Amino acid sequence: MSIAASVSGFLYRKPRLRLGMLLSAPLLWLGLAYLGALAALFVTAFWHTDTFTGQVVTEWSLDNFATLFRDEVYRTITVRTLGIAVAVTVIDAVIAFPMAFYMAKFASPRAQRVLVIAVMTPLWASYLVKAYSWRVMLSGNGLVGWLFGATPGYGLAATVITLSYLWLPYMILPIYAGLDRLPNSLVEASGDLGGRPWRTFRSVVLPLTFPAIVAGSIFTFSLTLGDYITVKIVGGANQMLGNVVYDNIGAANNLPFAATVATVPVVIMLVYLAAVRRTGALDNL
Amino acid sequence: MMLSKKTKYVLLAGLVLGLAVIYVPLVVVLLNSVNSDTTFGWPPSGFTLEWWGRAAQNEGVLRALVTSLEAGLAATAIALVLGMMAAFALQRYRFFGKDSVSLLIILPIALPGIVTGIALNNAFRTILGVDLGLFTAIVAHATFCIVVVFNNVVARLRRMGGNLEEASMDLGADGITTFRLVTFPMLRSALLAGGLLAFALSFDEIIVTTFTLGAGMQTLPIWILDNLFRPNQAPVVNVVAAVLIVVSTVPVYLAQRLSGDTASGGRL
Repeated sequence: MSIAASVSGFLYRKPRLRLGMLLSAPLLWLGLAYLGALAALFVTAFWHTDTFTGQVVTEWSLDNFATLFRDEVYRTITVRTLGIAVAVTVIDAVIAFPMAFYMAKFASPRAQRVLVIAVMTPLWASYLVKAYSWRVMLSGNGLVGWLFGATPGYGLAATVITLSYLWLPYMILPIYAGLDRLPNSLVEASGDLGGRPWRTFRSVVLPLTFPAIVAGSIFTFSLTLGDYITVKIVGGANQMLGNVVYDNIGAANNLPFAATVATVPVVIMLVYLAAVRRTGALDNL
Repeated sequence: MMLSKKTKYVLLAGLVLGLAVIYVPLVVVLLNSVNSDTTFGWPPSGFTLEWWGRAAQNEGVLRALVTSLEAGLAATAIALVLGMMAAFALQRYRFFGKDSVSLLIILPIALPGIVTGIALNNAFRTILGVDLGLFTAIVAHATFCIVVVFNNVVARLRRMGGNLEEASMDLGADGITTFRLVTFPMLRSALLAGGLLAFALSFDEIIVTTFTLGAGMQTLPIWILDNLFRPNQAPVVNVVAAVLIVVSTVPVYLAQRLSGDTASGGRL
């Protein structure tokens, strides 16, 4: 018996050992390195920097959190970021639903595959390139102005437009998957019972695909909460939570405060995930 | 479906309009890269390949391209190994904490990029005392690329079941031979698809890269961000942006053709 054969025979008799070997490297990498880094970041949020030396002082305090809650600027930015996230989510849901509905219910199987690829592929085109392209289009002599005779310019509206554009495919795909699973017979039954299209939509389609919409909203929400580049490119003077984090780690060299601010989107996401768990949205991801 | 013709056409119009909006910005970037007008107003005024030539000779761009390729290839290689191991473990075994492990794999991409970015930045610099460089960026990229390889391999493993492997073992092949001659050939296209997607993800990533790449180094997206607000660089920025679109969407298109099973879930 060769060595290879006896090794593989030995491993075959020890499934736990095989599992251990398979899991060891990914767990070391993600569990120790990545989770460790996240935990360390969370701990850092309770430290502060020395104002003279710029060094991190490892003393526990809640000062950073106090600043975050007390300072009007941060409250405004948090509310603005949340507002943008809600607006982006609603806009994406409204645009994505008819698109996904046609894809799932009217397109032929072949057309469906093509359409999914057509929606998916630009999703991977560089985030930065897409944001940049909206800067070009929204500029004074850009495409939008040429088409409509006016442009919203750079500001909150441009931020909402660009982010809605960026995350739209993340909303289309879960809704498409949800509608694909919705049996046609239910829609037909509603029609047979005299339900007009709007009534069928409100009483049958919408409740059954709600978890899929929520699944999509998890992406649009989470991605918007952490964004800082789009608002830098098209947002004019506005700032989002991500900008505060970025500026504190870069220009201000205040890593502890950056860590504190970074907990805000994480906490919002955790609360949101806990709230939507009951809808079954998490099984739709 | 019992819906009226009118509803159908309204929905179709919505779909066509939506797809148009999805593609317009990409087309604008591609057109601007050959637009002879340097302010890139609309409509384009003329055709030129001058910017492409200038970009091809721009040293900063070329260096950034090399860095992007190095980071992407290295991160993809690590992600292929780790993602495949994790996929086998989670798909073929039951064990305590399985759900937590699968959550752990999607976490680097589910959390906002800035959180992942500063967590790794902090870990490298203050905890481990490692200077930021290409290596740290590769580690960071591999961390969020694992999930795409994992998803592709898991989907394939789920679809192929275990029958052929059992047959191979029954016929006397040992585990290694079975893997080499039966399992791996069936996984190959899933691995290739996962690898292509991982590479595309790494090639485009900007936020985590900003926080983990050493000072003075640039990947292509970072080069764009650094030059975005310099008016005299606009033509070259347009070319790099156009390259990024092509370089990142082609592998994704190929990956989707290769594996019917990645079509469902966005980047997850």
